[in-house]
Amino acid sequence: MYIDVDNQKTYIATGSREHVEGNLGMTFIHGTAMDHTVWTLAGRHFARKGLNIQAVDLPGHGRSEGSVIDSIEGMADWVIRSLDATGQDKTIIVGHSMGSLVAFDVAARYPDRITTLVMVGTSIPMPVGEVLLNSAKDDLDVAKEMVNFWSHSKSAHLGGSQVPGTWMLGKLQRLLERSGPGVIYNDLKACQDYTSGIERSKDIGCPTLLILGEDDFMTPVRNSKSLAEHIPQSRTVMLPNCGHAIVNEAPNEMLDAIATVV
Amino acid sequence: MAKVKTFEFDTLSNHAGQRPDKDTGSRAVPIYQTASYVFRDSDAGAAMFNIERGGHVYSRISNPTTAVLEERISALEGGVGAVATASGQAAVYNAIATLVDQGGHIVASYALYGGTHNLFEYTLPRFGITTTFVDPNDIEGFKKAIKPETRLIFGETVANPKTEVFNIPEISKIAHDHELPLVIDSTTTTPYLIKPFDLGADIVVHSATKFLSGHGTTMAGLIVDGGTFDWEATDKFPQMTDKYKGFHNLSFTEEFGPAAFISRVRNEAARDFGSCLAPHSAFLVLNGTETLSVRMDKHISNTNQVVEYLDQHDMVDWVSHPNLANHPNHDLAKELLPKGSTAVFSFGIKGGREIGQVFIDRLDLFSNLANIGDAKSLVIHPASTTHQRMSVEALEEAGISEGLIRLSIGIESVDDLIEDLENGFRAAAKALKKS
Repeated sequence: MYIDVDNQKTYIATGSREHVEGNLGMTFIHGTAMDHTVWTLAGRHFARKGLNIQAVDLPGHGRSEGSVIDSIEGMADWVIRSLDATGQDKTIIVGHSMGSLVAFDVAARYPDRITTLVMVGTSIPMPVGEVLLNSAKDDLDVAKEMVNFWSHSKSAHLGGSQVPGTWMLGKLQRLLERSGPGVIYNDLKACQDYTSGIERSKDIGCPTLLILGEDDFMTPVRNSKSLAEHIPQSRTVMLPNCGHAIVNEAPNEMLDAIATVV
Repeated sequence: MAKVKTFEFDTLSNHAGQRPDKDTGSRAVPIYQTASYVFRDSDAGAAMFNIERGGHVYSRISNPTTAVLEERISALEGGVGAVATASGQAAVYNAIATLVDQGGHIVASYALYGGTHNLFEYTLPRFGITTTFVDPNDIEGFKKAIKPETRLIFGETVANPKTEVFNIPEISKIAHDHELPLVIDSTTTTPYLIKPFDLGADIVVHSATKFLSGHGTTMAGLIVDGGTFDWEATDKFPQMTDKYKGFHNLSFTEEFGPAAFISRVRNEAARDFGSCLAPHSAFLVLNGTETLSVRMDKHISNTNQVVEYLDQHDMVDWVSHPNLANHPNHDLAKELLPKGSTAVFSFGIKGGREIGQVFIDRLDLFSNLANIGDAKSLVIHPASTTHQRMSVEALEEAGISEGLIRLSIGIESVDDLIEDLENGFRAAAKALKKS
């Protein structure tokens, strides 16, 4: 459904169910140049469980109007305003990749609003390779191909989707192609620049779940381990034979893992 | 400039969609001959029914063996997903039925497989869907035929049997200018010879009975979604954009984004029309895809020699194949189909229908039957068989004359094929002399 955030038309997916006043919220934040559709299965699941689902399209992404926000902190502030717009006082917050940094930042700086933090395919810091960043800066098609390529594990490049008949690389490529000019660069740069995260780890007061892909090339597991060590109440679920695009490659295992903290 | 090195065609045609079976290590794709699937628990069952988890519920909607084929063809075509059907005809019907409601209209090339022509001309009007047929070479004709109720443009990459090459780049522009998807039947070409999505098509359908399976053993069809068409740019496709009461008010574009169309096919057409592909058939098509490029190269190289032979033969009035400089789409074929255009083509024999029958009956290696795309060479007289339900006018429009003979060139030794054809021509020449 569409809501108004900062006087801009903003889309949130609700898992095909209307919000119920008083129910706990569950907020999903997509990654670089993605949109709410990466959360469709999980959103539908937890909506059926009675949570008020708010899978946002960040400004300038998917169906949401407005300019992209150029920092993780700015995106986190915007997420809070989107929760205000729908009257969600408290929420579980789930983010993937760039979205995981946004979720983390929300949990660190707005602890009263967050009951549980779930970070999917994550690391802090989240460095971005120079070749990719430069290609994205020039809005080259190869940047989209690189993001798609490195987001999937080696085995996923040959398929084996859990969603029958879906060619995972094709689907992610089309999503990337739908993103507007400058979006990929903006998002990657925001990830690159978010260096203050580790210090904020101590401010995470809620239970935290990290869902990681063992074969993640974008946010390698070795970079994620120190984050897990810094967050006071964190637990890690490691998905074998899975890359960075956990939402694409292992939606069932991701859902099962999230369900353990809901 | 950095380049991304993804798996190439022949690797995908052998591996895409399959991860070796975890429990048994089976290298070949197992045939999951099952109607349904045990739910982990009641809640997981509810989740499967509500599209919350990936997996299989009932083999009418999806099956693990069939899903490998669907993924593989999506990978080869460069799409987002596919749904397999019981035949190519079912693929065409399910694609149309997903997009066109009662009162809707189709603009189609008139150079179509006879079964598709029957569907469009005679059967769909019973359900309130009409078609305007256009000469595939009349690009402006497609534009002129579009009406407010038009919902798609349809054509075949290289038509059967007259080999008209569909100008996908130009006609897709017309389609998109009118907010319509272009649906392409790529049966005769397969993704090895042409990638319709790269040229502007939005949906691809296949009769996998033909070159994809490749051995004349299996009925199968496929619908592939390119994931490129913007269903929300127009109000013409409420079935994509509006809430669907048949699935708890799910909006396919909102929930599935670029995979909206193929999700609707699976969750409506596969569910309600029930033309699912049997898993054993999917297995056989998968075997075919593994040798697709090898076979297509041989089909094409044999065809090149047979076309040259026929073009110089005294008993042949004409040959219709894009290889020939006098073919109206010779240049277009070179541009769109650089590896070769088609192994299915036609020629006219001197003496017309009766002499043609003598020719066909004399052939030993070429089998007289209603199919194309077999590893074995095939021959047929379309006017009396595959296209017999077309009116005289429609036959004329499609360029199918009484003396037209269609060949589907197989992968046998080409010298033997040419010798077989020569024997046929000798018998035909004798009969012509007597008549």
